[in-house]
Amino acid sequence: MSASIERQELPSPRYEYGGDDYVFVELAEDMSFDANFKAQAITTEIRDRGIDGLVEIAPSNASYLIQFDPGVLSPHELIAELKTVESEIDLSDYQWEAEVYEIPVLYDDPWTHETVMNFRDRHQDPDSTDLEYSARINGFDSAEAFIEHHAGAPHMVTMVGFVPGLPFCFQMVPRERQVEVPKYVQPRTNTPSRAVGFGGAFTAIYPVQGAGGYQLYGRTPVEVLDVDQELADFEESMVLPDPGDILNFRRIDRAEYDAIREEVEDGSYRYTRGSVEFLAGEFFADPDGYNEQLLEVVR
Amino acid sequence: MIQVLETGVSTTVQDSGRYGHYHIGMPPSGALDQFAHEAANYLVGNDADAATLEMTYQGPDLLFEEDTVVAVTGADMSHTLEGEPIPPWTAVEVEAGDTLSTGFATEGVRSYLAVAGGIDVEPVMGSRSTYTLIGIGGFEGRALEPDDRLPVGEHGDRSDAVGNSVDESRWPDYTDDTIRVVMGLCAYRLSEDGRERFLGADWKVSDESDRVGYRFEGPDIQDMFVEREQPFGAGPDVTNVVDLGYPVGSIQMAGQPIALTRDAVTGGGYATVATIISPDRDALSQCRVHSTVNFEAVDVDEALEARAERDATLETIRESLS
Repeated sequence: MSASIERQELPSPRYEYGGDDYVFVELAEDMSFDANFKAQAITTEIRDRGIDGLVEIAPSNASYLIQFDPGVLSPHELIAELKTVESEIDLSDYQWEAEVYEIPVLYDDPWTHETVMNFRDRHQDPDSTDLEYSARINGFDSAEAFIEHHAGAPHMVTMVGFVPGLPFCFQMVPRERQVEVPKYVQPRTNTPSRAVGFGGAFTAIYPVQGAGGYQLYGRTPVEVLDVDQELADFEESMVLPDPGDILNFRRIDRAEYDAIREEVEDGSYRYTRGSVEFLAGEFFADPDGYNEQLLEVVR
Repeated sequence: MIQVLETGVSTTVQDSGRYGHYHIGMPPSGALDQFAHEAANYLVGNDADAATLEMTYQGPDLLFEEDTVVAVTGADMSHTLEGEPIPPWTAVEVEAGDTLSTGFATEGVRSYLAVAGGIDVEPVMGSRSTYTLIGIGGFEGRALEPDDRLPVGEHGDRSDAVGNSVDESRWPDYTDDTIRVVMGLCAYRLSEDGRERFLGADWKVSDESDRVGYRFEGPDIQDMFVEREQPFGAGPDVTNVVDLGYPVGSIQMAGQPIALTRDAVTGGGYATVATIISPDRDALSQCRVHSTVNFEAVDVDEALEARAERDATLETIRESLS
């Protein structure tokens, strides 16, 4: 097992026009913590500078997207400004205040299992379940071992999007221990709400029922989106985690799932969570040791 | 109040959009044809961003419970008031107890009905636009249903607006089938030949086209892409990229080209290769299912010029009515 996470040298960003009112900036074609931390740092800096005419500032996994009002700011001026930010920002070290959340998951649950079986004709391997298939192509002996790996180390939220509140989560382990799986050959027309899925190198939690193309592994009884902000943990925002926050998936059984679900539905559920000062340098140097330290706030 | 008698195909409350929340995955929603929406508002003396009713193919039948002034723009659905045809792109007087009825659009898809004072539903995150996926905005977060009663905003005397109209020379042509795009975003994934085929093809609007996205049927897209060793985290398909943000109006290559409209997903893992320029997002929303469109590449400066022209036309309309 590798002890540290190797820092990635990032290429020069690729600046692209999106019609007359968007600029898309790709920081790297491949996913890495370095690309993601840079996307978060740059978009935070852009927000802090209060540049006139910006409508949306949206960081993503290894890129970011800006919508602007061309009546205020031309796209050429905007790109020049973004290049200035890029040249001035200090990317040698990162730290931020992160929220750590425990996310209980009933793996191989009956609801996603039924969905998985209903859409076998759209899958690479119609004769296995998504868990069995993902375990096999990543070299695990069994679905059981694969689940242990997924719940065995925390994930960082590297993007929120697709639909409101959907977190894309990247496991906080060295690349050689990261798993990768394809999306469905043809996207499903249905996914249960609160399904835990995986595509590319990302875990996603589907906030609402809808279409989806990720491999499905389980379901959480807790919400990541609360439109009416009825649960106490959604007092400030209708979405649970922000990029930079950390999710720890904890395997639960059906009895615990039902008990938690009951509390969520009657509005009394409180998330197991805690705040930490995330220090990227320490994480890169000793991810396993540092993760253990981070998770103390939810134990 | 306005009472809904019949619903038509799908009618929602929309305004200029909900902004500032893209980073949590919240698309803007809002009127798909912003030109027609704004013009309707100007006709009845509203601000550009007052909420209107967006009607699709066939609009609702409405009973007005108060005297007011309304205007219908966009696709012509042969609207009538108390059985009498009302002129399109024109402000007309409505008396309490009048019924407005709607036929089918024969050209274009979407009409906009503005009422003096605007549809006054409660704003959610700064907008009255309906976003049905999570059920927010508009009337109870959904399309209108019979017996819904829509509140109308406070307004002064608008009788001066009656008879206001937009000159026919300024009505958009809803049979135009050329949609201008700026190539880019992940267009580097296309081969030179693939790019040419994308721009040269006739793309048929699929019947799975709505406020979320417009899907196009045409040539196979897989072989428009350059093979590569896929980057870590992207997934194995040639059209896969590490999940990224999608502009509204961008065209993602997910089995087929899908133009992302105002209720679309905000990001994902398929390569986006072009962005429809903002005036032509209005035009696309009026392209009917099974019609054929062509994408024409323009550069960003041409896109800015087209936007400025559209803004100038709207400004001329606004000034002519004030």
